[in-house]
Amino acid sequence: MSQDLLRLTDVTIEFGPPKKPIRVVEGVGFSVAKGESVGLVGESGSGKSVTSLAIMRLIGGRVVQGRIELEGRNLLDLPASALPEIRGRDIAMIFQEPMSSLNPLMTIGDQIGEALLLHGWRDRTARRDRTIEMLHLVGIPNAEGRLGAYPHQFSGGMRQRVMIAMAVACAPKLLIADEPTTALDVTIQAQVLDLMKKVRRELGMAILLISHDLGVIADVCERVIVMYAGRVVEEADIRTILTRPQHPYTRGLLRSVPRRNHEAERLYQIPGSVPPAGSVRQGCPFRDRCELSVSRCAEEMPPMFRFGSSQSAACWVTAAAEGVAQAGAAA
Amino acid sequence: MTASIDPALQLRPQPSAFTTLRRVILDRPATIFALIIVILFVLVAVLAPWIAPHDPLAQSILDVNKPPSAVHPVGTDQFGRDVLSRLIYGSRNSLIFGFVSPVLAAILGTSLGVIAGYFGGIADRIISRVIDLLLAFPELLLAILIAAVLGGGFWNVVAVLTVAFTPGFARVARASTLAVKQEPYIEAAVAVGLRTPMIILRHVVPNIAAPIVVLTTLWIASAIRLEASLSFLGIGTQPPNPSWGNIIRDGLNNLFGSPWPIIGAGTLITLVVLAFNLIGDAVRDALDPEASR
Repeated sequence: MSQDLLRLTDVTIEFGPPKKPIRVVEGVGFSVAKGESVGLVGESGSGKSVTSLAIMRLIGGRVVQGRIELEGRNLLDLPASALPEIRGRDIAMIFQEPMSSLNPLMTIGDQIGEALLLHGWRDRTARRDRTIEMLHLVGIPNAEGRLGAYPHQFSGGMRQRVMIAMAVACAPKLLIADEPTTALDVTIQAQVLDLMKKVRRELGMAILLISHDLGVIADVCERVIVMYAGRVVEEADIRTILTRPQHPYTRGLLRSVPRRNHEAERLYQIPGSVPPAGSVRQGCPFRDRCELSVSRCAEEMPPMFRFGSSQSAACWVTAAAEGVAQAGAAA
Repeated sequence: MTASIDPALQLRPQPSAFTTLRRVILDRPATIFALIIVILFVLVAVLAPWIAPHDPLAQSILDVNKPPSAVHPVGTDQFGRDVLSRLIYGSRNSLIFGFVSPVLAAILGTSLGVIAGYFGGIADRIISRVIDLLLAFPELLLAILIAAVLGGGFWNVVAVLTVAFTPGFARVARASTLAVKQEPYIEAAVAVGLRTPMIILRHVVPNIAAPIVVLTTLWIASAIRLEASLSFLGIGTQPPNPSWGNIIRDGLNNLFGSPWPIIGAGTLITLVVLAFNLIGDAVRDALDPEASR
């Protein structure tokens, strides 16, 4: 598949002292096509943020194994001095904390302009025009008059818009959004998600959206990758995930989403909690919380099984029930 | 409610640092007094050759140990030199030492502190140990030690005071950098593709500037005091060049002949040091409103 923009293969990330490493992410592989929007979903501690930071090479942990390829080039092989070229120009990132992700002492015009200057926009007037254009795009009224405003003069939702403007100013090929709406209230959240869809449409970039909220993912993404305890457990397009989830963990996640028609009934929760990072050495990491688990689950880590053309999941039990084969060498 | 602009989008006015500074100064008469003293001090030092009534080095055997008079408003010393002129010229030394050493120390200390705080690891360990070592030494003792090795003279005294002040700045800069480094906007700057030197210059240093500025103002007073102490001990400004410190030293030998040099220089040192301390307090309160109560 040559049109993959980003491809992760067998990525394993360790933290802690090299002699006693803690594996936080293990054997993660997925890809994002050009212009595609992909959601990365999972509980806290599932390794989704660490994985996304590893793509930008922004983590303190070590990627001990695997490849992270951007248009066929392995980012892990690049020297540290080459990274600033890629950050912001090819891959941009927006973070969870809009309140503190902008430098309080710089005007927003300067901060967006700084990103542009870094990636080759030498002309002052062109930079200014582009900054205004970006602020318009993200829906800041009176963009021209706001260039000289400081972050404290904006509300949280407005700051997240400025962050998005800053991230997409250089028209990156991939935008990684790490829980961009978690810190915002629901109405602003909907606005920011709409904005991300709009920005993606207009600039034609791919989005990797990290969230623990399947609703957010379903709103923006075409495809979903479910992570659990540092592994990918299911991958499918959004419609399939919502209608026919195959991994018991995905099913549990879906059942625990509150719905309007569920009256006076206690909301489902997956029993137990995520095992601490690195504690599962053998078998399926989800088995202790799984209603379907069989003896095989404790012995062998299930590989990815292919359920139809666009879906794969790592579960012995559902794979046997559906009678499907192990996914090809690609998994 | 007007329909046109969402209130959440309106610019909220925020008092500027200048407004706050003005309010803090006007709230306290003592600060106005201090400001006047400092302005006078700077003017006198700058204009010394034009306002001094006599040559500060000119001796006159006929005018030894005179009390104040119309010709010599603060009297004369044991060599018949005009004390007022010596005090006026002495203010130049105090001014230069008072500003040069703290500013040099601020630049040097901030650089070291930011490097230690931002990069951590071995750089931090080396810099922090050196800072601890220097901090364990009393400033004056350190100054005497270095002067004993290098000798007196202008640049040696400046170097001594700079070395003495640097650890304080480095420690404050390091601690502030550690805090700022954790801020998401630093991570965001990395993610946008900024290289480390630019991150430090544009995003770290401006955000740690406030405590550094306060420290600089407060240490101008200490520098003036220390220069006087060193000159008094004979390792600062060398006679016959006047400095408030060595005017007192000379006066001490001749306390009963003429007390005027000591009275004059002592008053000036007290006034100027007090004024700078008051201004330092005002700047601190202006930059950090929480510290004012």
